[in-house]
Amino acid sequence: MKLTKLTALAVTTALVAPAVSAQDMADEMTIVSWGGAYSRSQQKAYHEPYMEKTGVKIINDESSNEAVAKLRAMNEAGNVTWDVVDVVAADALRLCDEGLAMEIDPDEMLAAAPDGTSAEEDFGELLVGDCFIPQIVYSTTFGYRTDMVPEGVEPPNDICDVWDLETYPGKRSLEKRPINNMEWALLCDGVAKDEVYDVLATPEGQEQALAKLDEIKDDVIWWSAGADTPQLLADGEIFMGSTYNGRLFSVIEEQDQPVAMMWDAQVFDLDGWIIPAGLPEDRLNRALDYIMFATDTQRLADQAAWISYGPARKSSAPLVGKHAELGIDMAPHMPTDPANAQNTFLYNYEFWADYRDDIDAKFQAWLAK
Amino acid sequence: MALTPVENQTPGFVAAVAAAAGAFFGLFIGTAQGSGLMGVVGGAILLGVMGFVFGNMTDKEKPLRWGILAVFLVAGFVFAGFPGLVLGGLFGWFFGWFIFWLATSRYRAHLAPYLTPGQVLWHYSFRVICGAIFVFLITPILVVMPLSFNAENFFTFTPEMLRFDPEGYSLKHYRDFFTNADWQQALWNSVKIAPMATILSVSFGTLAAIGLSQPHVPFRRAIMAILISPMIVPLIISAAGMYFFYSRIGLQGTYFGVVLAHAALGIPFVIITVTATLVGFDQSLTRAAANMGAGPVTTFFRVQMPLILPGVISGGLFAFITSFDEVVVVLFVGSAGQKTLPWQMFTGLREQISPTILAVATILVGISIVLLATVEMLRRRSERLRGMSPG
Repeated sequence: MKLTKLTALAVTTALVAPAVSAQDMADEMTIVSWGGAYSRSQQKAYHEPYMEKTGVKIINDESSNEAVAKLRAMNEAGNVTWDVVDVVAADALRLCDEGLAMEIDPDEMLAAAPDGTSAEEDFGELLVGDCFIPQIVYSTTFGYRTDMVPEGVEPPNDICDVWDLETYPGKRSLEKRPINNMEWALLCDGVAKDEVYDVLATPEGQEQALAKLDEIKDDVIWWSAGADTPQLLADGEIFMGSTYNGRLFSVIEEQDQPVAMMWDAQVFDLDGWIIPAGLPEDRLNRALDYIMFATDTQRLADQAAWISYGPARKSSAPLVGKHAELGIDMAPHMPTDPANAQNTFLYNYEFWADYRDDIDAKFQAWLAK
Repeated sequence: MALTPVENQTPGFVAAVAAAAGAFFGLFIGTAQGSGLMGVVGGAILLGVMGFVFGNMTDKEKPLRWGILAVFLVAGFVFAGFPGLVLGGLFGWFFGWFIFWLATSRYRAHLAPYLTPGQVLWHYSFRVICGAIFVFLITPILVVMPLSFNAENFFTFTPEMLRFDPEGYSLKHYRDFFTNADWQQALWNSVKIAPMATILSVSFGTLAAIGLSQPHVPFRRAIMAILISPMIVPLIISAAGMYFFYSRIGLQGTYFGVVLAHAALGIPFVIITVTATLVGFDQSLTRAAANMGAGPVTTFFRVQMPLILPGVISGGLFAFITSFDEVVVVLFVGSAGQKTLPWQMFTGLREQISPTILAVATILVGISIVLLATVEMLRRRSERLRGMSPG
């Protein structure tokens, strides 16, 4: 009796074990990202080592910009062709709410830190929503032309210098959406930092922010793609402009333009992966295997050697080294570096999820005035 | 060879017309410097005064024209360095010529004597309008070309470029195009997709055109309208429709799906050009061939095809260009594995404004010019042939 039971157990184990260990995995995967220097950093830090390790073929799709719309269309057509998608946290929350992204269990699906800290603790509060796997912390901040600072004047170092057209004449570029601009406007209109969102939640507060923006409206060029401000700065078309800090790093260090950073009141945001819901078994296994590999402590630190975005894991921070090609220390260029992060915001996901449509409409109407 | 005897104009007339021209050019220069109005007024005054003064001195035309040229050259150089010198030279030469052309009434000499002043004015306005249209069509394309040799990674005319300093120019964006794996993959995809789509469009389009030119086919107009509808329906609508349809039948994201979609877009061009050629095709030739014992297939390849070949080829070239330049449909129907050149350019333009895009654009413009020149030569050849053939 005992023997049969044991045999049965052995037989079942023998039958089940190979099925589990030789999990069916697709040998081709499509990874969606933003393109440009950012995609390159991912290819160098994640894709190339992963392809070398597993022999999988990775196809890069640079469609993150329209990821939400495309995933909706794919879902409707019953034909999801993407395996892993890089999106900003706000998009991840939307996709998660709509059931288009798969829910994740951090401790199960993500690697623990080398010292044994669980993934959940290592990522900490950056694990927003149920589907989002954080990868980097980036910030939206300002760059200015050093050669256009008037003589005898300190270079700008305060967010309110954006409004100071007398001391710093010249055009500004701001993103063509209310997010960040409204916060900065209120901050410079005398609202205390911890009350900004309370004020912005009221119609009067929104009016106040727009009125503040009115002061510089004639001198603003509105951008919609991350590459716009770097181009305008290189042209000397604007004095200062907001964009993602990695773009400014590239303008300053890689392209050698006379541009410098102004980190005051930079707004942190998160970018990371989601896995589309409803992938077939073999592709899902492949996607999970890739995520496990690409979000471990070392890999996230490696990415920072290619682009100046901060790794999302606490355990990666000490491993950030030098730029892979320029050989300069990357730590001082990280938005999270203590010297740069003296006055920061974190993108307020809850607030903007609730108020975005409303404030967007008001902002667009104000723009058209 | 003067058609009309002419005499010198009054300085007032010369001044007025020159001032109008000055205002026109001043508008562009003024706008570039920040104030269009200032440019208009400044240009008008400058040219008006020049016209009034020089309009009286037509006997000293040659030295005066050299003088104007020299003054403009120096002024341009003082204001804007080397590029200013070039621009100043061009303007100086043109204005010198223009003022004396007006003053000596040379503009009137080769026009018929019975034209009224209004007709003369229209004669030249018409040419100016045509010239302006050409300039507006061509300039954006021409501007791209020097920028693609930029040594910097931005869409900017650097000071070095404007000084024509060789340091400011480089072939690195062309090198990037030919060495970067993404661009090469995109080029390779385009090269694989466009010819296949062209072959399909040409085969189906030619057959359809021949069929639809037979008088006994029922509902010819309706069928024709359906076949050329991809040309008329907004592309984004076709693309969205194809996306959902192809997804359900498993063609979305496949090489064949993209080829098929591009073929559908190319077919209307082939139908239109081949139908146009068939109008001049003499149907009695096919009857004659049949009379001599040739089957329909032999007749088609030996008699009809050689005569309509120019139409087939130009339709094929249009189909090729359509597929090669197309971005909307491929964004929907293709997946990243079928990323074509225009797709790569589109994402590149949005995510990183890199002059590599301009280098590719320059190459594509070159290819397009070669292809369109071929079409034009074929068209002329076909006209010549038709002129010689009976009927």
